[in-house]
Amino acid sequence: MINESSDSILSVRNLHATVDGTEILKGLNLEVRAGEIHAIMGLNGSGKSTFSKVLAGHPDYEVTAGEILFKGDNILELEPHERATAGIFLAFQYPLEIPGVSNRDFLRVAYNAHRKARGEEEIDVFDFDDLLDEKLDIVKMEAAFLDRSVNEGFSGGEKKRNEILQMALLEPTLAILDETDSGLDIDALKTVANGVNQLTRPDNAVVLITHYQRLLNYIVPDYVHVMADGRIITTGDRELAQELESRGYEWLLAEHRLEVTA
Amino acid sequence: MAHSLSDRDVMTVSPHSLDPQEAYLKALVQTAQAVVPADLALADLRHRAEALLKEQTFPSTRQEDWRFTDLSAMLALDLGGAEEVTASESTIAALRLPETAGAQLVVVNGRFSPELSRLQGLPGGAIAGSLRDLMNRGLLPQSWGDYLGQASGSHEVFTALNTVGFADAVVLWLPRHVVVETPVQIIYLSQPQATPALVQPRALVVAEAGSALTLVEDYWGARSEAHCTNGVTELWLGDNAQITHSRIQREGMGTFHIGKTVVTQGRESQYGGTSVGLGARLARHHWEIYQTGAQTTTRLYGLTAIANRQHSDTHSLVALSHPHGTVEQVHRAIVDGRAHSVFNGRIVVARAAQLTNASQLNRNLLLSDQARVDTKPQLEIVADNVKCSHGATVSQLQADEIFYLQSRGISATQAQRLLIYAFAMEMLDKLPLASLRSALADAIAQWT
Repeated sequence: MINESSDSILSVRNLHATVDGTEILKGLNLEVRAGEIHAIMGLNGSGKSTFSKVLAGHPDYEVTAGEILFKGDNILELEPHERATAGIFLAFQYPLEIPGVSNRDFLRVAYNAHRKARGEEEIDVFDFDDLLDEKLDIVKMEAAFLDRSVNEGFSGGEKKRNEILQMALLEPTLAILDETDSGLDIDALKTVANGVNQLTRPDNAVVLITHYQRLLNYIVPDYVHVMADGRIITTGDRELAQELESRGYEWLLAEHRLEVTA
Repeated sequence: MAHSLSDRDVMTVSPHSLDPQEAYLKALVQTAQAVVPADLALADLRHRAEALLKEQTFPSTRQEDWRFTDLSAMLALDLGGAEEVTASESTIAALRLPETAGAQLVVVNGRFSPELSRLQGLPGGAIAGSLRDLMNRGLLPQSWGDYLGQASGSHEVFTALNTVGFADAVVLWLPRHVVVETPVQIIYLSQPQATPALVQPRALVVAEAGSALTLVEDYWGARSEAHCTNGVTELWLGDNAQITHSRIQREGMGTFHIGKTVVTQGRESQYGGTSVGLGARLARHHWEIYQTGAQTTTRLYGLTAIANRQHSDTHSLVALSHPHGTVEQVHRAIVDGRAHSVFNGRIVVARAAQLTNASQLNRNLLLSDQARVDTKPQLEIVADNVKCSHGATVSQLQADEIFYLQSRGISATQAQRLLIYAFAMEMLDKLPLASLRSALADAIAQWT
């Protein structure tokens, strides 16, 4: 939902970032306001996933120029966990398996870390279980998943639903969904999209990173950006995504005098 | 040892001059013998062990079996005999597990303590207590001589040293078909004394055909000054007997802990052992299992968690010589600081042991650049129709896993703790007693 007067959630200005000395992001600009849903599309290698990891503070990436303002504050000096408790959430393309840590314990530790950062008391185990029951419903997950190790032996769809469960629990101000649709069958995609839709509010924002237009049939974006060569080269609305679906990326890259490298 | 420097000088004047290792072993034997009361019943066994020791030397890193475990620091230790002391109930109270109430055998400095032990929860027929006392009262089954000191591998130097000089032994004997519902706990406590002591606990557990037992052995010492524990536990499982065994070593940080667990399994018996080592300056555990009948099952789980300059060495052997045997072994080590963990696991499958199913995995987590792991999983297979696998991994905490946890608001330090805890818990979960599991989980949580 676009509302020109709502608060800025994310403001990325001239962002440059490298990994192992190779520059991946080359002057990226993006403005996200409260209540908005943004989709970032682009070919493999365009820098989409790198951008999501830089936002979350992955230590392998070095920001060499530019700034990232989250609700007006520069977050570049914040540790990943500080960005998380400030309200940034990254749903991973490939969620990690953590053998030996039960999903329930993991969720409780994460939830309590957020409470602690807000200066609140830790929640007790029983109250937490009640809270989880409510959240499970959002992603149609069985409670049995809570007592298994985090993502261990989960199918692709289960892992992605588990990511959205974490999002539901942690209630971020900015959720970045990195290729959450990849590898999902249509039923799982609908469940995941439905979960995300239930979590959008006028005071938060979502950035969807995706390869395909398909997800955008279920989560309708306010803006569609196309990334190439480490920058956003063009921005449009939902129709841009449909055009990309039917015509491909080549015409757009040609307009910007960029070669198709992937 | 009970010798001053000048005594040793006298020893070196003997016709063939002794090297330091030989001299040290000789002195250890004398120290061990000094605590042994005159008892004719064991005289033969002790003499045979002493004769075996005369042909051996104190281990050095020149021996393949001791390549990674250097005992030379022990040579500087002037060990005397363990004094006959008591412990207060308050020392023991914290170690008593609620599940073992009424089935607790307490051993202080290698001697069974009737005052601190609680045996009223054992079923009729079960025999438990001090070897010497049971012998004197005529309560020990006549066949004891077939078991005590008779297991394979009893010639090994530390086992023989224990046999030469254990002051008394703990006996737990289950006649045929006796099922002990209450888990039994043996607490081995090392009490401080003025001079460093050689403490030699000995346990004999005989589970006759069809009997069943859950056993916890807990080696415990709070003190940090130097001493040496050299413990031997012999477990005998008759046909179709079952023992679930937890061996916990949390001795003081000045301790040299040498331990032997030898398990002899009859046909269709099941032995499941979980060994956890957290303490001691230097620990070495020999864990030997001999399957002597068909369709026998052995499960071995191990966890070592060491830091600073601790050294821990697990040497296991599973010898299969009959068909349809099963072995599952998993050993994990967490190594921090300048600590050094050694795993040497041998599974030997003889020609007769057809249709053996054996797996062995050793996983190591290194937490510092200066921590060290030496691992040697070994399968020696002569039989041709078997299913066997083994492997070892050495890794650090995974940066991607830490980042994933961080991205959910968990600090890097807390994420590391969680991952270390999880690595340990997968082994601690094998412990059957909830109170022990949670006590050790707390120890790991504090340790990280």
